[in-house]
Amino acid sequence: MDPLSDGATTDTVAEDTPALPGDGLRDSIIDDLRRRLGDVIVDTHISPNDDLWIRVQTDAWRATAEALKAAGFTFFSFISGLDWLPSPYGKGEEDPTAEPVEPDTEIRQGVTGGDTRFQVFARLVDLDRHVGVTIKADVPDDHLVVDSWTTVFAGANWHERECHEMFGIGFNGHPDLRNMYLPTDFEGHPLRKDFPLLARMIKPWPGIVDVEPMPAQDDDTPDEAAATEGENAS
Amino acid sequence: MTVLSDRQQLSYIASQAADARLNVELETEGMTLNIGPQHPATHGTLRIICRLDGEQVVWAEPSAGYMHRGYEKLTEVRTFPQVTTLVNRIDWLGSFANEVPFILAAEKLMEIEAPPRAQVIRTILFELSRIANVSLFLGDLGVQMGAITPVFLAFRDREYVLNLIESATGGRFHPNFDRIGGLKDDLPAGWIDETRQVMVKLREFCDIIEDLLFGNEIFQSRMRGIGIIPADVAKDYGLSGANLRASGVDFDLRRDQQLPMAWDKADWKVWTHPDGDSFARCWVRLQETRESCKIVEQLLDQVPAGPIMTKVPRIIKVPEGEAWVSTENPLGEMGYYVVSKGDLGPFRVKIRSASFNNISIVPWALKGVYVPDIITILASLYFILGDIDR
Repeated sequence: MDPLSDGATTDTVAEDTPALPGDGLRDSIIDDLRRRLGDVIVDTHISPNDDLWIRVQTDAWRATAEALKAAGFTFFSFISGLDWLPSPYGKGEEDPTAEPVEPDTEIRQGVTGGDTRFQVFARLVDLDRHVGVTIKADVPDDHLVVDSWTTVFAGANWHERECHEMFGIGFNGHPDLRNMYLPTDFEGHPLRKDFPLLARMIKPWPGIVDVEPMPAQDDDTPDEAAATEGENAS
Repeated sequence: MTVLSDRQQLSYIASQAADARLNVELETEGMTLNIGPQHPATHGTLRIICRLDGEQVVWAEPSAGYMHRGYEKLTEVRTFPQVTTLVNRIDWLGSFANEVPFILAAEKLMEIEAPPRAQVIRTILFELSRIANVSLFLGDLGVQMGAITPVFLAFRDREYVLNLIESATGGRFHPNFDRIGGLKDDLPAGWIDETRQVMVKLREFCDIIEDLLFGNEIFQSRMRGIGIIPADVAKDYGLSGANLRASGVDFDLRRDQQLPMAWDKADWKVWTHPDGDSFARCWVRLQETRESCKIVEQLLDQVPAGPIMTKVPRIIKVPEGEAWVSTENPLGEMGYYVVSKGDLGPFRVKIRSASFNNISIVPWALKGVYVPDIITILASLYFILGDIDR
């Protein structure tokens, strides 16, 4: 019998609050992965009756894919990157007349934490047990490279190309890291937070226009204009 | 037999002679065939570069990116309610279905759920956009092989569905109707009866297409046994939707996950096909359209009374967290990985669109096929350019 299907025997679940079968299964997936990989799992997170996150060491990125594939996660959904630096440009929606707010520069990683600015994350699904898992790994700041998954999942090829183009993360062993969308000589990586969205920088978001008078109101007497503003404010 | 004029016969003989010379002289040399970017089989601007050896493809590479709009970057400078306007344009034939997984992800982070009436109406509109999308695919399928009639039938019958979507949402192509916590408006009066009538028409359309195309000898000989994708390869490449089910994998996100939607309230079936060839992919889609009609008809009887919007703050701030929601869209698995930092807008949105994975298999699937089969394989994989490039 497959040890994974026996979700009730995990000792991490307290006995007085029996978890839903889904979460028991998720616990047993983590245990199984620990058995297969050894001590490479840095952190895990189970959102109750919903989803599972596993963060592994950077060196074990490809080994994790192999182990999960062997454990039944044969459906490849996606690979992408995360840049946790808060955007130095904001959303481009700030009121230009207001006092500038000190931008947040602290890097705070999300679920399952992390130590680096960039992370790679991927999603695999077990089609028989109808359960998916999100795998994350840190990408060292001084050496933005992780191992490629192309030898494990053929579909990773395009996703890694896209991730390389958008975040500048390299993939060791990828056969062909050409750009997919941008010209070959394009400089910069658009999805990095410090890459400015020029359309927003040169022209403020028209949503701000709401507070300006409409063109037809230019001829209005100041009293009427003030009255309309009062209505808007209320 | 086709009657040829003298001139046609002479040019045919001349071309045959030229071919013969070519084969003797250039036997070992390959040829590069460029398909697209503008080609009717590509549903947008996809370019495919094939290297041929005689009639056989030895190497093929799709070149996407003619339509990349950078939605993942744009979502970072939008508020949560504004994002639906963008994601509408990803798969433009089934727009409403694009909004749903994003809204569900935002609702998951906010820990709210749409009221039951909104859930059922959402599901109905979701299935209607699937019908609008796939019915055009079924008509277009004929055009790829030179049959013109089905596409006119498809455009006529899709119009009925688009009219329904328009009368309910106000937009034919880009409804932008789904809101965090419910829907923008309630259904207009008489909409449910009208939808019932349209579903009857769409079932007739499916029957006609089955007679015209799927029973057609030419269609079968161009589709059967062509472009076979085994289940293992399909899963490796992350093929989803009808492409995966046509390889015999019984997986449908409408049935196989818990979502606050109403699919479990209807009695329907997930169709699979063991063959994995072009014919199987098209056949599964035809059956899916029928199942969608069935789902819509059943749900129309069960639209509960009640509000269509739950209580949400006027200015929506989504709590810090990460959520992944994917649904079974007309083209396959469409998912959003939403990272929120507790602001008005998302910190990062990863859009997993179905066609990106479905087309990444093209270099594998086209290897070794003959030139006329390129088009039928591409057509049966069914992709929409906005869904590849995002």
